[in-house]
Amino acid sequence: MPVKTTSPAPPAFESWGRYPKHRADIVPLYWTSDFPLHAPSSSAMLPVGMGRSYGDSCLLDGGTLLDARGLDRFIAFDSATGLLRAEAGVTLAEILDFAVPRGWFLPVTPGTKFVTVGGAIANDIHGKNHHVAGTFGCHVPRFELVRSNGQKYECTATQNQSLYEATIGGLGLTGLITWAEVQLRPIVSRKIKYEGIKFVGIDEFVALSRAAQHLEYTVAWIDCVSTGKNFARGIFMQGDHSEQPEDLKPSGKPKLTLPVDLPAFLMNKASIGAFNALYYAKQYSKRKNALVDFEPFFYPLDSVHHWNRAYGKQGLLQFQCVLPWEPDFQQGIIQVLKAITASGLASFLAVIKVFGDVRSPGMMSFPAPGITLALDFPVRGERSFDLTEKLGNITAEFGGKMYPAKDARMAPRHFQQFYPQWQEFARYIDPAFSSAFWQRVTALG
Amino acid sequence: MASRSVYPPNRILVLGATSAIAMAVMRQLVTPAAHFFLVARSKEKLTAVAQDLLVRGALRVDMIVADLDDTQAHSQMLSVATSQLGAVDLALLAHGVLGDQAAAERDYFIAEQILGTNLLSAVSLLTWLANYCVSQGQGTLAVISSVAGDRGRKSNYVYGASKAGLNAFLSGLRNRCDRSGVQVLTIKPGFVATPMTAHVAKNRLFATPERVARGILSAVRKRKDVVYVPWFWRPIMSIIKVVPEPIFKGRDL
Repeated sequence: MPVKTTSPAPPAFESWGRYPKHRADIVPLYWTSDFPLHAPSSSAMLPVGMGRSYGDSCLLDGGTLLDARGLDRFIAFDSATGLLRAEAGVTLAEILDFAVPRGWFLPVTPGTKFVTVGGAIANDIHGKNHHVAGTFGCHVPRFELVRSNGQKYECTATQNQSLYEATIGGLGLTGLITWAEVQLRPIVSRKIKYEGIKFVGIDEFVALSRAAQHLEYTVAWIDCVSTGKNFARGIFMQGDHSEQPEDLKPSGKPKLTLPVDLPAFLMNKASIGAFNALYYAKQYSKRKNALVDFEPFFYPLDSVHHWNRAYGKQGLLQFQCVLPWEPDFQQGIIQVLKAITASGLASFLAVIKVFGDVRSPGMMSFPAPGITLALDFPVRGERSFDLTEKLGNITAEFGGKMYPAKDARMAPRHFQQFYPQWQEFARYIDPAFSSAFWQRVTALG
Repeated sequence: MASRSVYPPNRILVLGATSAIAMAVMRQLVTPAAHFFLVARSKEKLTAVAQDLLVRGALRVDMIVADLDDTQAHSQMLSVATSQLGAVDLALLAHGVLGDQAAAERDYFIAEQILGTNLLSAVSLLTWLANYCVSQGQGTLAVISSVAGDRGRKSNYVYGASKAGLNAFLSGLRNRCDRSGVQVLTIKPGFVATPMTAHVAKNRLFATPERVARGILSAVRKRKDVVYVPWFWRPIMSIIKVVPEPIFKGRDL
């Protein structure tokens, strides 16, 4: 008689891509003094925050996840300089709720505000102002790191310098960040002076980026489905904080939640092609100017909680690479786009941006001068994995690298080529810490 | 007597100030006029809570490190607190332990500790505070009890008994204070995702401390007597309360 099996419950902690699925114990931390654990875990540990990284950098199969979300207190704020000291589990959303009504804004923000300060440091995140402001880590002058042996280190660019540099972009592997200082920037308005410009082709995109170098925020949405004369069409978005003083109201709360997993087949080439065509057509004229609130400008997807459920239970894969200007960024981007188009695995939200040359203190930081391209596609077994493999090869061939926070499939040889400093970095890893990502990309072969 | 209370309260005494529910309540009460007095056992944790409230914009935060099980020290501690605050608009009793039911079944002294923390220390604090509030002619005594006090279950009946005792005490205290302008609020949270329940597998009935805090403050504002937080625990408990004992006793609860 066949044995009946019931499908196991989903793991308690998933990354945003919901792939891969790994099981781990979760230990919630509520106070900075909760770590190191009184009863040390025999399995490896990894701090986690909101689980917004896409792949397996916030997962640890059979390990212990230190849930730092409960470390959610502010410690000090200097209203003259905008320097905020906060526990590592405070989210960027909570910082905005606090700071915006007081006339301050995040120095760097990613495309979601639902990430913790600790996560922002560990992934050395970047945003639409990378070309002028660098990464998040460039604005974190000081933080405290606690190691599993109980040793505490206050880290700055000059004090415990190696741990400072290893921890920024260190994927949570160097110890637990308990608190950090973030240098906020002043604003007088919630509004962004926005301009959207339609383009076709990589040349036009690069020209627009060069022309907008003096503006704080630039990014472009690019259509990865269309071919022929519409190949690499997109909308270039640029903006600056409005200098017209206005009432700095706090943000409202998002009201929409995607309550259930959508069937995976909804995300197909036709539906995404239609979405892309509509998105492109939404802007009728070549140029469009508007004064917009910062929420929809920075966080269009945050208004729908759990939008990742649109990809169904199998989840989604993200791919983000940066290709340097040399030897041939243009050929590289074209090959990436063509590989995606040819795979038939449509990408819903592809984003392209020029990175600047502001250096991050982070040893393992991802951004580098050149062009970065980020996109997502549904998990469809081997077909998707073949595509990520191909994209990894193109990235390697053109001297680029891939972003660990958005990766679930990078080959060890690629990681070790992209981050040749990885063995030096490994010296600073806490001996009790690991992650599924780290185990994967440092495996032999 | 007409109520002289204003909302939001400005002079706020919090006993068990490092509890997750208390912290969520306090954050929602931060205004430039809010003066907090915090009491809890750990200086380190109290300092973290006080800093958070000050950064968020509270007028002033004072604190005393104390173990609330020590009822002998209550009167002096409350004298200091009330003289620092000048008056009390809201006193929130948020300290308590879930306790180890299995251990309490083996060892009476464990049960006694649970009753001591959840019931006796609250009785001691409330006796002092009720007299104080009656004499000032205003104030809200908001006390965190639990739905577990509505009916004893085998999984946590010592905790439940401590909360049931507290409920009866509060109901009598409310009756006594009714004409003096003092609000006595019995707060009955269901499952809340806090350090107290960190080891429990979460289900859909679990609420965040923020949601529970909103429910508590809405009840303070409306001068309610008993509040279930979230609200859906009221119908759930009204059903649980009417299940006949011969049926109830055979269930795994």
